[in-house]
Amino acid sequence: MQALRRILALVLKEFTMVLKDKKSRFVIIGPPLIQFFVFGYAATYDLKNVRYAVLDESRSILSRQLLSHVDGSGIFQLTGYLDNERQLTETIDKEAARLVIHMGPQFERKLRNATPVSVQVIADGRNPNVALIAMGYFGNIVEQFNQELQQQGIVSPGAPGLRLVDRAWFNGNLQSRWFIVSALGGIISMVVVMILTSLSVAREREFGTFDQLLVAPFTPGEILLGKSLPGIVFGLLDALLFSAGAVLWFRVPFRGTVAALVLALLCFIITIVGVGLLVSSLSTTMQQGLLGSFLFIMPAVTLSGFATPVENMPFWLQRADLINPVRYVIVALRNIFLEGADTSMIWPQLWPLLLIASLTLPPAAWLFRHRSV
Amino acid sequence: MKPMALFYMRLRGILLKETLQILRDPSSIALALVMPMILLFLFGYGVTLDAEHIPIAVVSDDPSPLAKELVARFELSPHFDVIQARGLDQVEIMVGDRTADAVIRLQSDFTKIIQSGRSAPVQLIINGIDANRARLIQGYIHTVIGEWSVMRRQRGEAARVPAVAVSQRVWFNEGTESRNFMVPGLITLIMTLIGILLTALVVAREWERGTMEAMLVTPLRRVDILLGKILPYYVLGMLGMGLSVGVGVAVFQVPFRGSLSALLLFGSLFMLASLGFGLLLSAAIRIQFVAAQVSIVAGFLPAFFLSGLLFDLESTPRFIQLISHIVPARYFVSISHTLFMAGDVWSVLLPNGLVLAGMALFFVSMAFRKITKRLEK
Repeated sequence: MQALRRILALVLKEFTMVLKDKKSRFVIIGPPLIQFFVFGYAATYDLKNVRYAVLDESRSILSRQLLSHVDGSGIFQLTGYLDNERQLTETIDKEAARLVIHMGPQFERKLRNATPVSVQVIADGRNPNVALIAMGYFGNIVEQFNQELQQQGIVSPGAPGLRLVDRAWFNGNLQSRWFIVSALGGIISMVVVMILTSLSVAREREFGTFDQLLVAPFTPGEILLGKSLPGIVFGLLDALLFSAGAVLWFRVPFRGTVAALVLALLCFIITIVGVGLLVSSLSTTMQQGLLGSFLFIMPAVTLSGFATPVENMPFWLQRADLINPVRYVIVALRNIFLEGADTSMIWPQLWPLLLIASLTLPPAAWLFRHRSV
Repeated sequence: MKPMALFYMRLRGILLKETLQILRDPSSIALALVMPMILLFLFGYGVTLDAEHIPIAVVSDDPSPLAKELVARFELSPHFDVIQARGLDQVEIMVGDRTADAVIRLQSDFTKIIQSGRSAPVQLIINGIDANRARLIQGYIHTVIGEWSVMRRQRGEAARVPAVAVSQRVWFNEGTESRNFMVPGLITLIMTLIGILLTALVVAREWERGTMEAMLVTPLRRVDILLGKILPYYVLGMLGMGLSVGVGVAVFQVPFRGSLSALLLFGSLFMLASLGFGLLLSAAIRIQFVAAQVSIVAGFLPAFFLSGLLFDLESTPRFIQLISHIVPARYFVSISHTLFMAGDVWSVLLPNGLVLAGMALFFVSMAFRKITKRLEK
């Protein structure tokens, strides 16, 4: 009973510290929400409005037919026609277009004579991902054009070939927004929680109030609980808000169960609170706390599979990545949102999180008293 | 004493104080020199959009040599690790639990259809959760099938000659290596970290600890305080940049085709804009905790998401593109990509550089106005 009242007092103090100041009250909810929406729109690999220019030396019916396909695809946006190869170089150099389609003077004549002809595409490789995907789209358009030529009887049907019939599961239209936004809430709430907790002990150390807390009749475990609760509450609140935003605003499908979502987020936030408090109890100033949390956030997000696949990393790095808590929640969130996972299906992602939490929270509590300033 | 001599004396004093403050807290040095290295190695090795060893399952219901040959082409490709699967139900589980990212299925009449002179379907199922990866896989599979058709044609087995073939060239980054794109962008991120995050705390800290009051009673003028706060962090930031470029070129073999003087010039402009922004936050907010939050929300995260560092800006909705114009990192990412991969293309560098110069001027003068010598806000 006594212990309960003590803890309650401490928890109240911690919440007051966060909420008493108008500015710090605002930064917990306002900016993260704005970020979620802005980045939800900004973070996409899907291409739109890829600016292209055309150098069409044949100026023929067939070349125009091909170009009308490019125009009608909805992915490309014409910036202009070029007259010679010098202009082509200039266009790419100064980023006036990201793709130039070049058709030689013999384009139509060769086609009508049944001689194979090639279309040249020159892409700006400064963003290789855009270059690769845009060229892929263009390849598909040319394939369609070839089939059309056969139907029109311009080219003889010829010998057999292969036809690729493709289908994507879980994300039929291959929208990268689903992939990004389903996990984005986890990342942003992690940043909020990490900063909240990593500064909590450090701030009291810097102001000297932590000593008062230590001489008060609290056990380290109670202090730990008091320091963790605001982070857990606000973190979970933010994360659930973002999940709702993902479904209601960005129209990401939600195929799993709400219980699984809450459980996964809760486990994740507790783990992050553990890391944040460990960082905080190691730091003596807020600057150290903040930098420490960045030393964690940067690698953790980079290697989490949020933006680039974990499978693309070298094997040794994938192994080292097993201790990265963010990796697990990203997989869990995507499983829940897109694949329809329930609580039992995300268990493989949950126990590593709890294991990490159990490894970071006790040393944090121990360091409260034992970190010499 | 002459006013100039006094100015130098004051400046020397505050520079010494600020430098000592940086040197005494190892976390500042860690941010400027250790963090860039960690980030470079992370991005150099960890962040790549190039996929290799993609596990794909192949279900071939056709035991003929022709089908086997096509499967062998997939096995030879560096992009794929082929898993032979028995039936479609087994494959369904494999795609679900990610032991295979894609499935290729050849029907039992595959050879028969080809030999009868029609186009044979090759069925492809991809796990679409990571849409970008899925598209890359599609592209790689297209390439393998295309190469096989070409090979058959050369052997004289009648494969269809496509009427129009695409010959593609990628300039500036011939191998479309992600790394060449990531490392120059990363340098922007590192400089943002040093410029905004570190400086966001320095003035707020003085207010919070009460040392600002001590400074107020010294003969230091606002210019001295501003210069004293900017110069040491400028040096730290440029050191971080130099280190990153050096490691990027030497260790990660990223090409650097521009000139060093251009990098130094535009790097300085960007650094000043970031420093000015950080100091402005710090002077306006005066609370470290809030200044830290805001510097991340308004400084660091936009530099990551709205700069074109990883996500292509031109594909985003119009209002996002509009917002991105107020993010300094956007301009430097463009400069940095061009300097590394294309060279000194002044028609790209100059407009971006001018905006950065304007931003640097704006933020530094705003910070100057906000650093008051009064206690009340």
